[in-house]
Amino acid sequence: MLNTTKIIYHNGKQYISDLKNVSLEAPFRGRPEISTAKVDLQKLVDVCPFGAISTNPVSIDMGKCSFCGECAFAFPEKIKFTQDYKIASNRRENLVVKEGETAPISFDVNIIRPAIRQTFSKSLKLRQVSAGGDNSCELELGACSNANFDMGRFGIEFTASPRHSDGIVLTGPITKNMTEALKIAWDGIPEPKIFVLCGIDAISGGIFANSNAIDRSLLNNIDVDLYIPGNPPHPLTIINGILDLTRQKI
Amino acid sequence: MIKSEKIIRIKNQEPIELKKIPVTDYESFTGMVLEILKDENTHCVSYYAYPDSNDLKFIMAIADDANHDIIVLSHILKSLDKKKLASLSEKVFALHIFEREIYENFGVEFINHPWLKPVRYAHNRANINSQINDYPFYSIKSEELHEVGVGPIHAGIIEPGHFRFICNGENVLHLEIQLGWQHRGIESLFLEKKHNFQRNLLAENIAGDTVIGHTSTFVQTIEALSEKKVPEQIQIERAIALELERIAIHTGDIAALCVDAAYQLGANVFGILRTPIINFTQHWCGNRLGKGLVRILGTHFPFTEDLKQELLKILNDFEFRFEEMAYSTYRLPSIQNRFEFVGIVNKQQAHLIGTVGLSARMSNIYRDIRVSHPSNAYQKFPYETVTVEKGDVYARFLLKKKEIRKSIDWIRNVLSKYKFDSAQTEKPNYQLLLKPNQFVISLTEGWRGEICHSAITNDNGELINYKVKDPSMHNWKALELSMRNTEISDFPINNKSYNLSYCGNDL
Repeated sequence: MLNTTKIIYHNGKQYISDLKNVSLEAPFRGRPEISTAKVDLQKLVDVCPFGAISTNPVSIDMGKCSFCGECAFAFPEKIKFTQDYKIASNRRENLVVKEGETAPISFDVNIIRPAIRQTFSKSLKLRQVSAGGDNSCELELGACSNANFDMGRFGIEFTASPRHSDGIVLTGPITKNMTEALKIAWDGIPEPKIFVLCGIDAISGGIFANSNAIDRSLLNNIDVDLYIPGNPPHPLTIINGILDLTRQKI
Repeated sequence: MIKSEKIIRIKNQEPIELKKIPVTDYESFTGMVLEILKDENTHCVSYYAYPDSNDLKFIMAIADDANHDIIVLSHILKSLDKKKLASLSEKVFALHIFEREIYENFGVEFINHPWLKPVRYAHNRANINSQINDYPFYSIKSEELHEVGVGPIHAGIIEPGHFRFICNGENVLHLEIQLGWQHRGIESLFLEKKHNFQRNLLAENIAGDTVIGHTSTFVQTIEALSEKKVPEQIQIERAIALELERIAIHTGDIAALCVDAAYQLGANVFGILRTPIINFTQHWCGNRLGKGLVRILGTHFPFTEDLKQELLKILNDFEFRFEEMAYSTYRLPSIQNRFEFVGIVNKQQAHLIGTVGLSARMSNIYRDIRVSHPSNAYQKFPYETVTVEKGDVYARFLLKKKEIRKSIDWIRNVLSKYKFDSAQTEKPNYQLLLKPNQFVISLTEGWRGEICHSAITNDNGELINYKVKDPSMHNWKALELSMRNTEISDFPINNKSYNLSYCGNDL
């Protein structure tokens, strides 16, 4: 008993009380900013093996970006990564950061289905499915529920069965071998339900986008409610994304 | 020590000309392999086939731990030959997984193989008609027995795999694990992606829990093929990152085991103890799991004297809280009662199935690449391996704690003796030419065990083969054996005590 008390005392307060306003330090790489400086655009595009950079105007698609920072090292005058971790959005297009933009990533509240906030604002149970995920996004999703980030305080938890859940959080580029299982899990969830893509593998296929072993056709028939970029996304990105989707005020 | 003109001995990360690997007929190949593997200090680290013009060329690499080198042998199956070979697994069971992989990829039938089934249903498998949903599970016809199927999607936040138990009441007679759900075509992508930076990023995504392990094995493979020298400091930095990865994941595993034993305090405290370690990795390179840190021939994030001071502080704080929590946890009767004598794989079984890394050391087998085939960092700062004896869940639980302590000591030793200076490092360089017609094998002791990458180049110095082997490939069999005559309710603690990789196996 005495030992237990000592342990609790020595570990102290561990939870982050305000998940909205944590300041992360460089070299953590969050939302990028692109200056209007003139650089060799072809070289800039070529530096990214994920094809996340495009021109006219110069932009970075965070749905493809691995946040490796290689472009910022090659063109420091053009690209810098801020430490803004609130980068999830419910619109795929909002993940694209254009030249000169410094505003936070926005949420389009008009396209959120009314049922989502009506039903899930106080309690949300999610089913995680990994379809070729490399276990990094899975580790960070797990970390969301530990004593530091404690997502459970908002009533957001992961469940064992699709039947008990309100939606799927998908990681991985969707391997051919997992397509059927993923479809069965999605069909097994009662309405209303949400579909969340977590990590760039899930959003765009990531480095596996051109692999012959993946099949992303299932996504043609599913409306995605939330895109959480990152490779893997930081737990703070994940939690803030889910909160922004499901509730008006926190 | 066996010497013969039919074999060649090379060192870890030492390239050799492909034509210097002696190619023999299958019969003498078999004879040599059986002779070499009689020695307990040897084990096969890789055995695979690749198309060589119209033929199929086989390469086997056997680590000789006592002599600190790797024996390489080869044989060829001509295009006109029948695709049938006598199985070696019959005599050396540890080879079963390699033969299964060759069978799946190229349709070579191994006669008398005890378990010739697909490994991962790769997209480019020989028999494209075989389907992942029709896996030929072993079954027993009996009215008293029942089967339990779990997966591919599991109850927690975890990768997919299918487990099929045959049970007699609560007791598991047999477990068969079917993988392949995670197959992303990694090995073909290494060849399809022509730029070394793309490959570097691909290596980072092989297994997200072993970022440093797989990426440093990859860069060492490419660097060896280019014959470029990497600054010593970079090599040491990679080893520090590797040990931090080990500390972080082992701590998380200990927490996960406490969860399954319903020990809340341990689950929470060990759970949060992982955070300062991975947060340090983020502070160092911007990513909690180390993505972005390891790059070919250099790094964007050199280790500095400031980082050294911070790391020492974090390790001191970590160690105090870890030891305090461990003191209570490992003496707790309910933990001991839950973990002891459960899921035993004894030394003899471990040798038979050829486990590596933590899964070998938990059965008292001294198998550790850092000691037997050390890279430069571990030559300069030697690591002393630890083992435990019993091979049960408690042994794995205990070994994780011991390895964390060892890793902390090793890092401290390095930090106290080495002076870090950013000027001693270099920026990454992806524009390198690979030497033509070479073979190289690179081994690293990741937190799960030995990671093995090997590569072959052609006349133009292009990669024509890239082979990845995660330690899980060997160790999944250990989990299956652990479950024999174990209660099915003990499966979670067994599974978590190994924490094997699905994507590392499926590639």
